[in-house]
Amino acid sequence: MAESKKTTLYDYHVAKGAKMEDFAGFMMPIVYTSIPEEHKAVREKAGMFDVSHMGEVRVKGKDALAYVDHVFANEITSKDNGKVVYGMMLYENGTIVDDLLVYKVSDTECFLVVNASNTGKDYAWLVANTGNYDVTVENVSDEYSQIALQGPEAEEYMKKIFGLDLSDLAFYTFGNFSILGHEVLLSRTGYTGEDGFEIYGDHIAVLEIWNALDHAGIVPCGLGARDTLRFEASLPLYGHEISDKITPLEAGLKMFVALDKTDFIGKKALDEQMEKGLTRRVVGLELKEMGIPRQGYPVYQDAEEIGYITTGYLSITLNKPIAMVMLKTEYAKKGTEVSVEIRKRMVPAFVRDKKFLQKNYKK
Amino acid sequence: MSKAADGYLYTESHEWVKPLDDKTVLVGITDYAQAQLGTVVFVDLPEAGKQLKMHEELGAVESVKAASDIYSPVSGKVLEVNEDLVGEPEKINNDPYEAWLVKVELDDKSELQKLLSKADYEKISK
Repeated sequence: MAESKKTTLYDYHVAKGAKMEDFAGFMMPIVYTSIPEEHKAVREKAGMFDVSHMGEVRVKGKDALAYVDHVFANEITSKDNGKVVYGMMLYENGTIVDDLLVYKVSDTECFLVVNASNTGKDYAWLVANTGNYDVTVENVSDEYSQIALQGPEAEEYMKKIFGLDLSDLAFYTFGNFSILGHEVLLSRTGYTGEDGFEIYGDHIAVLEIWNALDHAGIVPCGLGARDTLRFEASLPLYGHEISDKITPLEAGLKMFVALDKTDFIGKKALDEQMEKGLTRRVVGLELKEMGIPRQGYPVYQDAEEIGYITTGYLSITLNKPIAMVMLKTEYAKKGTEVSVEIRKRMVPAFVRDKKFLQKNYKK
Repeated sequence: MSKAADGYLYTESHEWVKPLDDKTVLVGITDYAQAQLGTVVFVDLPEAGKQLKMHEELGAVESVKAASDIYSPVSGKVLEVNEDLVGEPEKINNDPYEAWLVKVELDDKSELQKLLSKADYEKISK
C-alpha cells in the first residue's frame, strides 16, 4: 500500500498530540483529547475540523449543468448561482457511487466535493460519463485544503477573528471571500447538524486560517467526533447508510433525488423500485437497555434476522444507545419491538424515527 | 506515555491483577489499554458469583468508537463488581489502576506466577 498522504495541517495535529490514523489514504487526526469533549464543543460553542482529505472536482464547459444533471440524481440547472446542492451519483442499477455536494458556480461551471475514500472512483466515473457533453472534468483535490468550522458560535467567531460578517450567507449557499488576504471559497454547510461553514482554499490560506482559529481558542476536533456528530444528526456516511449496494430510496434519502427530472443515471432503476415498493429501508432504533449497537450487529424479531446496524453509538448528546439500522420494510414501522444482538446478548429495542435531535441550522 | 504501576501483575492483553491477600485479587485494565481505547463510555461486567476461567472472556470495556473484550487473567469466583463504573466509566481513563472491574477469589494461587511482572509488561506496552 502506498504511503499515507499528509494534509497541510499534519504537523499541527502531531504537535497537539492527536491520535493519527490512515483514513482514505491520508494520515488524519481521529481524536485530540476526547471524542465527547470535542463533540460537545461543536454542539455547545464551536469546533474546527481538518477535512482536507475530501475530494474536489471541477466541471467546466458549455454543457456543465446538463452534464451534472445527467450524473447527479438531485437537480442543479434550475438553481441560482451560489447555491450548494446535496445529492448522490448513482449507478444504472440505482445504487450509490457516492454522495456529494455540488456548488453551482455559474451556468458553465460546477464545483463537486466528494468523499475522500471515493475520490479516485468518482473521478473515473465522472470522466467515463462525459459522453457527448461539452465539458472538461478535472480532479483538483490536490490544489485544495479544507476546514470545517461548526457550531452555534461559528458565525460569531468568523466575525470576531476575521471581521467577516456572514449573517447574510444563507444555509447551503456559498461565495468567494477574502480571509487574511487569501481568496477562499466559503459555504454555509457542514456535517454535524449544527450551523457552520466549510472553507476551501490553497494550502497556505488554510494553514493561516486554521492557525488564527486556533489562536482564538477554537477546539480542534478529529474524525471521531465528526462521526458521532453526523450520526446524531442522522446524516448518512458512505459505507454505512449508503453504498454501492444500497439505493437512495432504501437509505431514506428520497428528498435528495429529483425523480421528476427527465433523466439521470440510475433513474430508471429508482422508478422501478418506487413502483415495486421497497423491501428494506434505513430507520432509527433506540435500545431499551444499556449496550452499544455497532455497525454490522444483527437485528432480530424472535428468531428471524430482520436487518443490521449501519451506525450506532451511545449518543453523546442524549446519553442513550441509538442507531441507524437497515430493516426489512415489514419491520420498519415506528414502535416495532426488535432485539439487537450485542456481544452474544439479545438487547431489546424499538424502531423510531431518525430525528435523534433537532438540527440547529440557520435557515 | 502510558505507565505501569508497582504492586501489580500484568497480562499481554493489557489487564492488570492486584493481589489483596492470599486468595483475593482485583482485576482492571492498564493505562496503556485505556489510552488505546480512548474515552470509556460503558463497561459490561459479569454478575457477582460468576465463575471465571483464566484467558476466557470476563466482559468488555467500550469506548465511543469500539468494544474491547476483557479476558480474565485468573480463574476464580467473582466476589464483587465495581458498581462505581456504571455511572462513571471514565474513571478507567482518569485512574486506570484504581478503577478495578471485578474482585475475584482465586481458584489457584499459582496462576499468578504465569502473569507478567511490571518490568516485563513495560517491555510490551511501549
